[in-house]
Amino acid sequence: MEQKKHREYKAVNKSFRKKDSMQLLHGKPVYTADVTPDDALIVKILRSPHANAIVKSIKTDTAKKVPGVVDIYTWEDVPKNRFAIAGQTYPEMSPYDRLILDRHVRFAGDAVALIAAEDEKSALKAMRMIKVEYEVLDAVLDFRTALDNPALVHPEDDWFPPVQVGGDPKRNLVASDCEYHGDVDAILEDCDILLERTYHTKAFNQTMMETFTTYTSLDRYGRLHVISSTQIVFHTRRILSAALGIPKSKIRVEKPRIGGGFGAKQTAVCEVYPAFVTIKTGRPARITYTREEAQIAGSPRHEMEITVRLGAMNDGKIRAVDFYTLSNTGAYGEHGPTTVGLSAHKSLPLYTGGLEAHRFKFDVVYTNHQASGAYRGYGATQGIFAMESIVNELAEHLNMDPTVLRDKNMLKEGMLMPAYYGQIAEACALDRCMQHCREMFDWEHRYPVRDMGGGKVRAAGVAMAMQGSCIDFVDVGSATIKLSDDGTYNLIIGAADMGTGCDTILAQMAAECMDCDVDDIAVFGADTDVSPYDSGSYASSTTYITGKAVENACTELKKQICAIAAGMMEGEEEDVEFVKGGVRHIGSGQFISLQDISYKVQLGNSIPAVATASHSSPVSPPPYMVGMVEIELDKLTGQVEILDYMAVVDCGIPINPALARIQAEGGIVQGIGHTLFENVTYDEKGKPMESSFMQYKIPTRLDMGNLKVEFEHSYEPTGPFGAKSIGEIVINTPAPAIAHAIQRATGVWHRELPITPEMIAMSLVE
Amino acid sequence: MEIKLKLNGRAVTGSVDADTILLDFLRQKGCLSVKRGCDTSNCGLCTVLMDGKPILSCSMLAARADGHEIYTLEGLQEEAAEFTGFIADQGADQCGFCNPGFVMNTIALLRENPDPSDDEIRAFLAGNLCRCSGYEGQLRGIRTFLESRRA
Repeated sequence: MEQKKHREYKAVNKSFRKKDSMQLLHGKPVYTADVTPDDALIVKILRSPHANAIVKSIKTDTAKKVPGVVDIYTWEDVPKNRFAIAGQTYPEMSPYDRLILDRHVRFAGDAVALIAAEDEKSALKAMRMIKVEYEVLDAVLDFRTALDNPALVHPEDDWFPPVQVGGDPKRNLVASDCEYHGDVDAILEDCDILLERTYHTKAFNQTMMETFTTYTSLDRYGRLHVISSTQIVFHTRRILSAALGIPKSKIRVEKPRIGGGFGAKQTAVCEVYPAFVTIKTGRPARITYTREEAQIAGSPRHEMEITVRLGAMNDGKIRAVDFYTLSNTGAYGEHGPTTVGLSAHKSLPLYTGGLEAHRFKFDVVYTNHQASGAYRGYGATQGIFAMESIVNELAEHLNMDPTVLRDKNMLKEGMLMPAYYGQIAEACALDRCMQHCREMFDWEHRYPVRDMGGGKVRAAGVAMAMQGSCIDFVDVGSATIKLSDDGTYNLIIGAADMGTGCDTILAQMAAECMDCDVDDIAVFGADTDVSPYDSGSYASSTTYITGKAVENACTELKKQICAIAAGMMEGEEEDVEFVKGGVRHIGSGQFISLQDISYKVQLGNSIPAVATASHSSPVSPPPYMVGMVEIELDKLTGQVEILDYMAVVDCGIPINPALARIQAEGGIVQGIGHTLFENVTYDEKGKPMESSFMQYKIPTRLDMGNLKVEFEHSYEPTGPFGAKSIGEIVINTPAPAIAHAIQRATGVWHRELPITPEMIAMSLVE
Repeated sequence: MEIKLKLNGRAVTGSVDADTILLDFLRQKGCLSVKRGCDTSNCGLCTVLMDGKPILSCSMLAARADGHEIYTLEGLQEEAAEFTGFIADQGADQCGFCNPGFVMNTIALLRENPDPSDDEIRAFLAGNLCRCSGYEGQLRGIRTFLESRRA
């Protein structure tokens, strides 16, 4: 299991501080609300109290008279063209099922009216004075009853799917499909053991600390200028163009620093509202969601129910998996048809070693819940909870060490993955991750259940995970790099650093290519007027895709710099070479510094010293991970305390090991949150219960135990400097690993998340 | 109503409504480090010091700050700089939105207890939520700072 050798790097695979660290740590004004003027109109949204209703009448005349109110808009005032707010490459897989304001409101929290006022107080006062009469309709509140329910979430005739994905709104169906490899039924029949289990995960909320926020104004050319906390500047421009019916050339979207996203800001959740107000009034407008709005009208994870049938032999060989996913997209279809695919595509391939056949069938349905969207893990999290749990159940059934069971079946480097689009695992250290984690965790001694006395039990659990590194054949990353006056560089990107550190990571790659200090690379991003096109930061793609674009742009720039220098030396391009700090004549040894070259760029020069490159990939190499947890469970109260969470990750060559580690630690704690605390429930009328941090409890620093994350390197040949992705995979192991440990401690499998103390205690009542 | 207070060492006056929240008043006065992360006093992002004690500025009326001394991160840059670099070295700043509140509360912690244990750090900062870092890197940063100070 020797790891592949790579050359010694100078700037990558090093833990540099993030370029914005000290600005952030010292509270400098860098976020949307900080960098935009205060004199904007405040936009507030009147939201529906009903889960499914038609606005019969809406009276705004009294409310409009409130001093400070500039205007109030209803469904009658907005364009009638349906669009999608999912941040996806055109043509989107998500259906065009939204209007800015719709007469038909489809969840408790759906937008009914927009209030634009000089200040928040006036806006809120006016909101209370809008009189709405609703015709309340039967609502679809349980996604298991959605398909062919007489109550329709989208009965309208202008529902439009840009891509056919097996949807039918007359059946509450957004997408459906079935795919298979091999004869699943025959092999299941032939197996010694057949397990069938159903797992349920909820619509967990990203709860990034900065809620959705957008500022819009008209720029000096009269164009719509949008400053937004978004992961997707280019998609947002396209979405606004479609929603408002104005050309893209009239829209500019930029992002300042972003206070977290985790996928929530891969959907244009709030941008259309202030944009519409600015177009109508000509005035700057601002919207900032309250935490309650972010909780009830955001873009959370898709609730899924997954039924797995797993066939195995008595020796532990896993031969076939039959996987059915029912996904709840909520009231609108953002990311519905795409998240569901990952539930199987990014869980089943972990068992490529043994798997002879698989089948994957899915339905994605509309309900009258808050619309779901993209959340770190994007369907893989749900699928991995199901797949890893059933493998742990198999281990228990066979009375076999679950890590040994995995050794027998897991994917290994070089294997072709039938359940992963037929791609080959070129770089895969999953086996080394397992071995490494077993030793680091001391699995041998901690796996056996230990009674600590007083009703307390210690137990351990394990899970593996994978993800992708981009959307293959779809995502486009681009970078522009230019030589600056003093021999330093500007790197301009369209990817969005949302705290992940991609600005720094991409600068490290540029510094590696240009053989300079990371400080010599100034990074700018992202702005649709300035940045080269980039799909945006999602699908774990920025390091892998945009990173390669940076590498390619640097190669091109070096050629240009050599050409300019060759001219200065009155030689040919092939006579010179790019070296640290300048260009050298190979024959004579003559050296010209970058600074001198950069002056020449500005003097009688016609060769540009600026290069742009784009990159897309036909493959999406998975990163891999193994997580192990030890818990102490109180059988009397059901309380679970995480003692240690240890994980080993294979993300290829980590470009910045410190940042990769923080990604892993942060993801693990989010995973602990949705496993133990974060619940999503609706009352009988379809109102969400967990509408604030009072009810929606995310982990504090007292809830996560001790974390330890280490890495096993592999070298991904198609990635920049051998890198794969890290951003999403890290959230996937906690749910199955902790559920496993809870079963070890109590003998009860919990197949629904979150697993609260109450559920554990109730499961133990004699 | 008119209020007078000392903000970051300077005398400040302001005209506020009876229901103006201190958080909003401070942002109006240019202290943009003060962030709002929730509506329910749960996240710790808006932590400032009032008469030296950490408080949630979202849960305090501006009127109640009348006659008191308030410090935001804008006024404690040097004190923060003693340890912030150690957090940055861990990459634990991440999106940064929770950083000002976390840094302010860490200042309060270190003033009260200059050499806290890991558990004391966790307990003191328990009210400062962070969704990015998983907290462990913040802890490592503070611990490395404390070790450097002992050395």
